[in-house]
Amino acid sequence: MSEMRIKTMAEMAANGEKPDVLFWVGCAGSFDDRAIKITRSLVKLLNAADVNFAVLGTEETCTGDPAKRAGNEFLFQMQAMQNIEVLNAYEVDKIVTACPHCMNTIGNEYPGLGGNYTVYHHTEYLQMLIDEGKLTVEGGEYKGKRITFHDPCYLGRGNGVYEAPRTLLSQFENELVEMNRCKANAMCCGAGGAQMFKESEKGDKEVFVERTEEAISENPDIIATGCPFCNTMLTDGVKHFNKEKEIEVLDISEIIKPVKK
Amino acid sequence: MGIENVIFIIILAAAIFMFVKSIRRISYNINLGRDFSFTDDSGIRWKTMAKVALGQSKMTARPVAGILHFIVYAGFILINIEVVEILIDGVFGSHRILSISGDFYNFLIGFFDVLAFAILLSCIIFLIRRNVIKIDRFQRPELKGWPFLDANMILVFEVVLMSAILIMNAADLKLQSLDVIGYHHVGSFPIASFLVGVLPDSEAALIAIERSMWWVHIIGILIFLNYVPFSKHFHILLAFPNTYYSNLKKKGELDNLESVTYEVRLMMDPNADPFAAPAPDAAPPEKFGVEDVSDLYWKSIMDAYTCTECGRCSDVCPANQTGKLLSPRKVMMDVRDRAEELGAYKRKNGVDNVDDKKLLGDYILEDEIWACTTCNACTEACPVNNDPLKVIIDIRRFLVMEQSKIPSELAMTFTNMENNGAPWQFSPTDRLNWKDES
Ligand code: SF4
Ligand code: SF4
Repeated sequence: MSEMRIKTMAEMAANGEKPDVLFWVGCAGSFDDRAIKITRSLVKLLNAADVNFAVLGTEETCTGDPAKRAGNEFLFQMQAMQNIEVLNAYEVDKIVTACPHCMNTIGNEYPGLGGNYTVYHHTEYLQMLIDEGKLTVEGGEYKGKRITFHDPCYLGRGNGVYEAPRTLLSQFENELVEMNRCKANAMCCGAGGAQMFKESEKGDKEVFVERTEEAISENPDIIATGCPFCNTMLTDGVKHFNKEKEIEVLDISEIIKPVKK
Repeated sequence: MGIENVIFIIILAAAIFMFVKSIRRISYNINLGRDFSFTDDSGIRWKTMAKVALGQSKMTARPVAGILHFIVYAGFILINIEVVEILIDGVFGSHRILSISGDFYNFLIGFFDVLAFAILLSCIIFLIRRNVIKIDRFQRPELKGWPFLDANMILVFEVVLMSAILIMNAADLKLQSLDVIGYHHVGSFPIASFLVGVLPDSEAALIAIERSMWWVHIIGILIFLNYVPFSKHFHILLAFPNTYYSNLKKKGELDNLESVTYEVRLMMDPNADPFAAPAPDAAPPEKFGVEDVSDLYWKSIMDAYTCTECGRCSDVCPANQTGKLLSPRKVMMDVRDRAEELGAYKRKNGVDNVDDKKLLGDYILEDEIWACTTCNACTEACPVNNDPLKVIIDIRRFLVMEQSKIPSELAMTFTNMENNGAPWQFSPTDRLNWKDES
């Protein structure tokens, strides 16, 4: 069952099919080696639940989030309009994505430019599948581990999703420990606002070091996230403290395993 | 009506006149900003105001400061009921005119007596926090000088006002017990009664104390009223409209610039003739982003005038916490200070004239602007729902779209996005390769 079943929108359209949901992979999910693993884990979960989904494949392009947040509204809107044109042509109405930045941009900023879709973060979507009985998951090797969840800014404060990730994480006798700064008070990993793509300004500490330090102080086996950029930052942070042997940084979709039917 | 009352009326009129003038100054400065259409959702807006401004809902995140502030805030509003009486007494020469309401009045005065003491105590604790314990968020660079003094002055003001009430009450009580004419038996003074012992026994001295404390209190309030519009303390008024006009959207959402939408549509429309004359109803070419306060929406300037300088925003700002130059509190203070400066200049030299300073460069520096991660911790923490992030993004827009001043790595990112549809240098044709890797 490790074989993945993935169709593109174009393939489906050619066969006159329409998916129930579009999986928006995002740039990190498509190109970043670490994030690709997250993408593949999510596909396995979607497959296990027999979700009729498609991806845009080469028709997908950056949502424009980093450009917008770096002040390049032109570039953002060009990207947005390109994407909206493609999405509307395929009559997409539901989107799931593993990237809170894509989720935020498509869900909140595209409507004003003519793109209206219901957008789910993958944790929300997976929780729905479980609630509907379509997906059964287990903790597998991560069962019973001590986990601390880092709220991505654009998932938590940005869009008010705090519970879905926690519900998903607390069902395999895992020990979920909260950092001092969590949920609405969570501290940023340092990647947002296009910081991911530039050197940080002069200061006395890196943001990701500060945040990882806080996570490590909870003595977790796993630092869980729901954002490919947070994942990169916290992974760097764990390396910074030479803790990569003791602590794994994982996306939630990598922690829960589908139960084979 | 005696000479005392005439003097009182003149002082009162002058105080109101000056206060109105200050309000007009601030309203002029806020209106330096650009117009903005708000979604009208007035139901939600009133609720937000009731919760955040009236109910202080965001102050509880820091319980000690939250409770102390609640005492001072609620106490201040309630004690102003007594000011109504003071005003009537002042104008008509009556003494404790509202005491005709009998038992309820006695209860109220007793309650105010306790309240005055609670406020006094809270302000003293606040002073200790700032000056003795030296709580970190009050020691940052942007608070050096005037802002630090301002905060202390307000607290000292309140200490003086509340002490005046208590001493006045104590003198009144003693005069009552001596059955002095004019001081009928009214009120109850649970706290002030402790002070009776230290007061002199002479009737004349007691009357002098009672009268002078009455004057200190009311003149103090009038001075306070006229001080507030020059202070961060103006938040006691602006917090209400400012929370009414709160951003009601998801915090993650940034506004789409309409002027850009217009141009992008034109560029993407294959039928558009790039050399065609602009449509006659097209808006005049607009400056993109914000360089000076007059480019901001007025709401951002109102934010700045509402800012309490509490530093909750900077205290949770990841950039500020890690020693970067950025401090969202400073951003807000800079907007206000620049609005004051530009407003004063325009009122003096005419609306169409501008001085040679700018918000960007003379107040806020590029290094501050580029340190922001757009994490929204500041907007979440702000007790009056300010949005420093909005100002930061708008300035970035000016830097990038008007001045092409971009950190070089970001310029690369933009190029990649334009050419490859991804912030990194990958070919768009490889977008689905993840399917086959493992
Ligand atoms: S949004 Fe920017 S200014 Fe506000 S707290 Fe985050 S990094 Fe600081
Ligand atoms: S912006 Fe808000 S949180 Fe920041 S100092 Fe001003 S009032 Fe406090």
